[in-house]
Amino acid sequence: MKRANYLGYRLLTAVGVTFGVSVVTYALIFLTPGDPAAVILRQQLDRQPSSEEIAAFRAEKGLDDPIPIQYVDWLTDAARGDLGTSYYSDASVSSLILEAVPFTLELAVASLVVALAIAVPTGVLSAVHRGTPIDYVSQVGALAGVSMPNFWLGYLLILVFGLVLGVTPIAGAGSYSHLILPALTLGTGMAAVLTRLIRTSMLDVLEAEYVDAARSKGLRERIVVYKHALRNALVPVVTILGLQLGTLLNGAVVVEIVFQRPGIGTLLVDAVFDRNYPVVQGIALGTAVVFVVTNLIVDLLYHYLDPRVELGGQTV
Amino acid sequence: MSGAVATAIEGVRRRIGRLRGSRKSAAFLANPLNVTGLVIVATVTVAAVVGPVVAPHDPASQDLAARLQPPSAAHPLGTDQLGRDVFSRLLHGARLSLGIAVVVTAIRLVVGTTIGLVAGYAGGWTDEFLMRLVDVQLAFPGLILALVIAGMLGPSLRNVMIALAVVGWGSYARVVRGSVLSTKERHFVDAARLMGVSRVRIAVRHLLPNVVSPVVVLATMNLGTVILGTAGLSFIGLGAQPPTPEWGTMLSAGRHHLRSAWWIANAPGAAIMLTVLGFNLLGDGLRDVLDPKHETKTADRP
Repeated sequence: MKRANYLGYRLLTAVGVTFGVSVVTYALIFLTPGDPAAVILRQQLDRQPSSEEIAAFRAEKGLDDPIPIQYVDWLTDAARGDLGTSYYSDASVSSLILEAVPFTLELAVASLVVALAIAVPTGVLSAVHRGTPIDYVSQVGALAGVSMPNFWLGYLLILVFGLVLGVTPIAGAGSYSHLILPALTLGTGMAAVLTRLIRTSMLDVLEAEYVDAARSKGLRERIVVYKHALRNALVPVVTILGLQLGTLLNGAVVVEIVFQRPGIGTLLVDAVFDRNYPVVQGIALGTAVVFVVTNLIVDLLYHYLDPRVELGGQTV
Repeated sequence: MSGAVATAIEGVRRRIGRLRGSRKSAAFLANPLNVTGLVIVATVTVAAVVGPVVAPHDPASQDLAARLQPPSAAHPLGTDQLGRDVFSRLLHGARLSLGIAVVVTAIRLVVGTTIGLVAGYAGGWTDEFLMRLVDVQLAFPGLILALVIAGMLGPSLRNVMIALAVVGWGSYARVVRGSVLSTKERHFVDAARLMGVSRVRIAVRHLLPNVVSPVVVLATMNLGTVILGTAGLSFIGLGAQPPTPEWGTMLSAGRHHLRSAWWIANAPGAAIMLTVLGFNLLGDGLRDVLDPKHETKTADRP
């Protein structure tokens, strides 16, 4: 496929997928058994609502329209950035999300720093010392990290650093010290995945001819590894980082609950238990759209960075 | 459909037959990590099967006089906030976790494999449509979609299973489609077509057996992922409800006694991690011998 055609094809599929995502997101609330209006009112009023109350609520929230009309209304509003109003306060869903995003973003960035600080040296050492005990230990460590439920790691860290040593806060947000344990929890899991990727990528690169060339010039091994090999090995890793966004978001939900931090995850879990449908839909749509756009950018970046990649045949 | 099942079973049987006494199984067993994985998985399986029978105590029987007891001979992993034996609850939880993992993985595998097979073999618009469906599924961060689905259906273990099954079939479809696309160009498929073999029969008898390896590897790793997902959703409060001895629920209850009774939260935490590690080690080992080209990796790409 030609580059321009590929670009068009990818944009078109991204739009299609976003549309599909919006249908799925809207359909989600109909999974609730029974009339959503009655369920929400019972939760809000803490008693059985009267039929007048249900009728009034349905009329107010536009739930009497046929479902396709409701969907189109919701989608056109969403496209304009209006995701509706929370059922429990007068706050708009988009304002609730915008308030929560900085906390999750802060956690994500800090986790990424932790992850790279662990994964780059470990992955490189593992590849350079392939087949030695160093490699073995780091590989088992990485697998253990992947297998570790982050809610358990969170409580282990709380127990050791918060309760026994008493050196870090164990809940809430607001200062850098509040960020330490959550970032360690989320970052360690990601580090495990990245270590494996960097190791594989380094192994590929270390066999390349330009690495031999650099060695034969008489460069010191350290310079060969870190200056020549690592730079090239990081290209595929950078593109995978984009795909790690999903893992990051999944993990953030659990980590925010463990450390009682505000953020998108906490907002979503509260909304799910409160049956606050507009908030649930807003977050589901938002995360999916961010994910689709990131994947699109990563994909295009990947083809741009490495023109040898065959266009259009990426999934084969 | 029964033909497909028979082929899949035959495929697995042939693989195992080939593995037995072959260089592949020797290579697999030569790696201590693979053996470790195998031992962990075997242990958890035994615990799941006989655990509830051999458990020293009833997992639900409360003894408030003996609450928050540290590990001892009578209670190897101590007792929880209601005086229940943590070890017995762990054993019962093993059956629950493993059972859920097997059922959810089986649903993902069958749905994903069927869709991938149809998409890859039919090609054209069918392929385009099905793969965009896969894109939509994979466009949501998995746990977030599962969380929302389980939440909307209402908190229960059954609903967590439904939610996890719905969000996980996409990677199978991608792997199978990729494998089918490359296999269907091979000469033996042409030969079968020229002999007048029907399309369904070609798909089931000639294309399906070739996807067995990557799918087995993916499913092994998936068992671990599903255990993590179930525990995570239960931890949040959407899955098993107390007093069910589910590992995530146990951990969630134990967090309030982290300092005074560290074993309540850490015992199920360690059980989850060990089990998932076992499946990951096993999956890695199987991939190295069954799928040396690492086709399963395509699951990571968008």
